[in-house]
Amino acid sequence: MGTFHRGKSELHGITVVVDTTGPEIFIGRCDDENEHGIVLDDVDVHRAGEGGRSKEDYLDRAARLGVWKKHDRLFIPREKVASVRRLGEL
Amino acid sequence: MPYSPMLVKPMREELTQAGVQELMTAAAVDEFMNHKSGTAMLVVNSVCGCAAGKARPGVLQALQHERRPDRTATVFAGQDLEATARARSYFPDIPPSSPSIAFIKDGELVYFLPRHRIEGRDANAVASDLVAQFDQYCAAPASALADAVGVGQP
Repeated sequence: MGTFHRGKSELHGITVVVDTTGPEIFIGRCDDENEHGIVLDDVDVHRAGEGGRSKEDYLDRAARLGVWKKHDRLFIPREKVASVRRLGEL
Repeated sequence: MPYSPMLVKPMREELTQAGVQELMTAAAVDEFMNHKSGTAMLVVNSVCGCAAGKARPGVLQALQHERRPDRTATVFAGQDLEATARARSYFPDIPPSSPSIAFIKDGELVYFLPRHRIEGRDANAVASDLVAQFDQYCAAPASALADAVGVGQP
């Protein structure tokens, strides 16, 4: 069965981890990315140390079960992005 | 907003034609989930081909395996909203995602395959994950047991 997502980036539809140069780390389903930044749908965000959990602690649980979304849609500017990885590959 | 029923129909039928029970109401989900004994697999179907297009054939392939769940059912996320919400309510600690697959033994969730573990993989890989669970939790079919103990052999 085909998809309905022409003209989007390679990561379109994939759940990704967007780590930033700051304390925030985002997990969401990539809608699109380009030189300006990345747009995520159904996004959770964690700040290092929040709830006593480091970024790594947060990622460990997210990789097993997924995340509860806090935002329907977010744009993360490219200059804030330190890395983009597929959650399914963690 | 749900997609057109006509567009979704083949995605439903891909599973139902293989014998997977479709649950379209909360009551149907309750009836399925309240049957506690044995093994059951619940597939949260979805339109998005990025992952569901791999999940459905993976499920079908896995169901060809010798050991398989006693009961299989599906709800369609984004389409059958009430049924999907009720199904998810049985796993309150699991963040919702679709497609996804829950495996239940004697009423307890023993395995969950979330969307992000389906994305980017092929049907063989999804089937392989499911078959590993079938081998762990499902009883061998009666014919295999009979062969193992020599029933019916001289």
